[in-house]
Amino acid sequence: MKRIRQTVKTENPVLQTPQRSKKLKTCFYGSAFDKSHLQTLMDWGTLPLHVVLHIFQFLPLVDRARASSVCRRWNEVFHIPDLWRKFEFELNQPATSYLKSTHPDLIQQIIKKHADHLQYVSFKVDSSTESAEAACDILSQLVNCSIKTLGLISTAKPSFMNVSKAHFASALTVVFVNSKSLSSIRIDDTPVDDPSLKVLVANNSDTLKLLKMSSCPHVSPAGILCVADQCHGLRELALNYYILSDELLLALSSEKHVNLEHLRIDVVSENPGQTEFHTIKKQSWDALVKHSPKVNIVMYFFLYEEEFDAFFREETPVTHLYFGRAVSKAMLGRIGMNCPRLIELVVCANGLQPLDDELICIAERCKNLTAMGLGECEVTCRGFIEFVKMCGGRLTELSIMEEVLIPDNDYNLDQIHSEVSKHLGRLWFPDMMPTW
Amino acid sequence: MSTMLHRTIHLFRKGLRLHDNPTLLAALESSEVVYPVYILDRKFLMSAMHIGTLRWHFLLQSLEDLHRSLTKLGSCLLVIQGEYESVLRDHVEKWNITQVTLDAEIEPFYKEMEQTIQALGGEMGFDVLSSMGHTLYDIRRILDKNGGTPPLTYKRFLHILSVLGDPNAPVRNLTAEDFQRCKPPSALGLVEGYQVPRPEDLGIPQQSQSPWRGGESEGLQRLEQHLKNQSKNHSLPPVSLQGQLLWREFFYTVASATPNFTKMVGNPICLQINWYQNAEGLHKWRMAQTGFPWIDAIMTQLHREGWIHHLARHAVACFLTRGDLWISWEEGMKVFEEMLLDADYSINAGNWMWLSASAFFHQYTRIFCPVRFGKRTDPEGQYIRKYLPVLTNFPSKYIYEPWTAPEEAQKQAGCIIDRTLRPRKTKDPSSHRRNGVELRTESTAPKSQANTLTTKPRLLNFGSPWSHSDPHSTCQGPQPKAVSRLHASVGRGM
Repeated sequence: MKRIRQTVKTENPVLQTPQRSKKLKTCFYGSAFDKSHLQTLMDWGTLPLHVVLHIFQFLPLVDRARASSVCRRWNEVFHIPDLWRKFEFELNQPATSYLKSTHPDLIQQIIKKHADHLQYVSFKVDSSTESAEAACDILSQLVNCSIKTLGLISTAKPSFMNVSKAHFASALTVVFVNSKSLSSIRIDDTPVDDPSLKVLVANNSDTLKLLKMSSCPHVSPAGILCVADQCHGLRELALNYYILSDELLLALSSEKHVNLEHLRIDVVSENPGQTEFHTIKKQSWDALVKHSPKVNIVMYFFLYEEEFDAFFREETPVTHLYFGRAVSKAMLGRIGMNCPRLIELVVCANGLQPLDDELICIAERCKNLTAMGLGECEVTCRGFIEFVKMCGGRLTELSIMEEVLIPDNDYNLDQIHSEVSKHLGRLWFPDMMPTW
Repeated sequence: MSTMLHRTIHLFRKGLRLHDNPTLLAALESSEVVYPVYILDRKFLMSAMHIGTLRWHFLLQSLEDLHRSLTKLGSCLLVIQGEYESVLRDHVEKWNITQVTLDAEIEPFYKEMEQTIQALGGEMGFDVLSSMGHTLYDIRRILDKNGGTPPLTYKRFLHILSVLGDPNAPVRNLTAEDFQRCKPPSALGLVEGYQVPRPEDLGIPQQSQSPWRGGESEGLQRLEQHLKNQSKNHSLPPVSLQGQLLWREFFYTVASATPNFTKMVGNPICLQINWYQNAEGLHKWRMAQTGFPWIDAIMTQLHREGWIHHLARHAVACFLTRGDLWISWEEGMKVFEEMLLDADYSINAGNWMWLSASAFFHQYTRIFCPVRFGKRTDPEGQYIRKYLPVLTNFPSKYIYEPWTAPEEAQKQAGCIIDRTLRPRKTKDPSSHRRNGVELRTESTAPKSQANTLTTKPRLLNFGSPWSHSDPHSTCQGPQPKAVSRLHASVGRGM
């Protein structure tokens, strides 16, 4: 280790905060005034602990771990609780994964020394069952902890679904029972079930603010209703349509409940015609919006064209709409008529008929629309310009694939971009895919 | 003021053309003799890239054509086989060479080669002259104008170009006079060791089923034809030729300034994604056996002819990566490199990253559905019938999803679908979400993305129709990809 040989100047910020270092060894400060000790004590290894801590906070874990092997003092700092509040466990099988894994020794160390310090924890697992099971094993050992944020993330196939329901539930409930102050939970694509949710609610109803559980097939409408009924601080919720119910919306709108900020609903069908979708009553939606007037209601649709019947028959307060597969012209017409709160609309595919009328209706009736994306659709240039004229500068995001626009007698593609730019008040081009 | 005239070896590498060739022109103007040389260094080529049979044929045809063109002007092409460094050593000495001229290239293996040649020049006492001949602009200027880094969105790129102004005009055509002064000894061209080899000489299968022939002349002819066929108001970029050139320039620019451009790991602009290791899936995709006729027809054309329309490339690239198989784009890139006649380091890797949503993000990313996309634009399935003759008699209604056809229809069409081999739809219920926002935020975003990632990138099933012209004409022939300086991309080497 290099020794600092130059004289210590008063500009040195370390020496300018003598108050903070009262807990440090006084010999260090003695050295500033006692020149005979200067050379032996001005050493990287004798930097004040809070300084080393501050520096360590900028280092990625790998570098921090290396630094901790340098000397006993730095090793002390490595284990200061502040550095262990937030941790992301990365669990990947080396034989099949491109990404690295958190070292098993480190995992052991964390469980032994830092389990009680952990507050913001996430698990990123690859598509192998072993990784998901390893995550569950770690969860089961987080007994003396006060975790606030928990995230279970599948970076590839949802491998938590391959873990037995019982094993998963028991691991998860360890955290639910022991933390008692969980505020944010992301457990999408997991086999979480109603009983586990009951445990969550029994222990964390005062603190829970965010719950994301899309694609959790073992949860029933009753299970999520239990959460809404008891967790009155819930602000963000993500779930699948089949567990959404009128009762749930009403529970989220009860007087005791805080304002809901964000509701995400995935509407998914794996095989055409397989699922019958129930309708949500208008009154339930109305109650929700009355209670939480600023709520964002985000709906992701992955349905086949013939399955949309239950939706948008009446006024629906959705704000962000994404159609991940095709959606019919008729449906887009309904949306124009019944979605006055719409802010963003993204359509991946439609048919071969121009959508001029539907777009103009949307421009007319969705006065809050600020973002639109169109993929495999057709719109005439004239119709598109009309749409843009009506929306004007409120369209901050307009993403149209170039092939969507059909030249007509009024405009061709060359003229389109300048016309649209004029009405938007900024330079605009359609989106382009590279020509390969 | 005259300086001593050089004795020059002009090294053809990637640019196998005479038209708009500033380096060759400079060689001719500065020399008393110019040896036009192509070093066929198999070891070097095979270590730098995957080259399949069709590409070898294309290269040899291009060399033949170049030789013919040079002969017409009173010169000839000297093809020398062997490791490039030792070939150069031998011939610099043999021919008393004082200058080696070659096009500057951006690919790392070509840059390394140029450095080796520079070092050799220092050692043996010859000058090395290299100038850019493969891009419209000097790429360093583009990087400079963008603060030292490559623009990562096309819009930004276009903006930088608009600041730089028009590209340089092509240099003048070469004439017989130019070569008259600099003729290598005439007997040389007839020497056995300097002839263009035939496929069988290199141990390559003699047959090539591809309808496309290599060479500058072929390329020029196709270009003329294309320009004649173009309708009067063809659209501005990107469908037009100009657009194609600009996209090429875009990818060249990024590639030149990005380390590990053809890999995910260590590539600063590439999202680190946990792709599946799936050798069987990859093999099926490569061998046109996925079970989706649309995908399999495209891969069949790729094997057989070495060229597929760019939207077909999008379809199969999306299928392999983000759309269905979730296999790394690097694997697909290698297959394309092997089989595409117009495979190109920057464009290939760049597009694979784009299509797999690994880089170049913008607001919404496309995913092409292997059934819907083709159905939309070729409802009768003519393309499928051509390349998968087993489905020739299949009714159009089912041809994109033959497993949905009732037994009777299958029997009538003479093609029974083995239901056990039906393409597996990804079974997990959240496959739709894996193509959604969540995955983007969970994969490790490279640090340099900060200024290019828009706030909430979404990945959705955006497909696209073919351009509004006859699908057959767009899908059965290559669009000549270049004008002026670049039209020899079809008449070039590797």
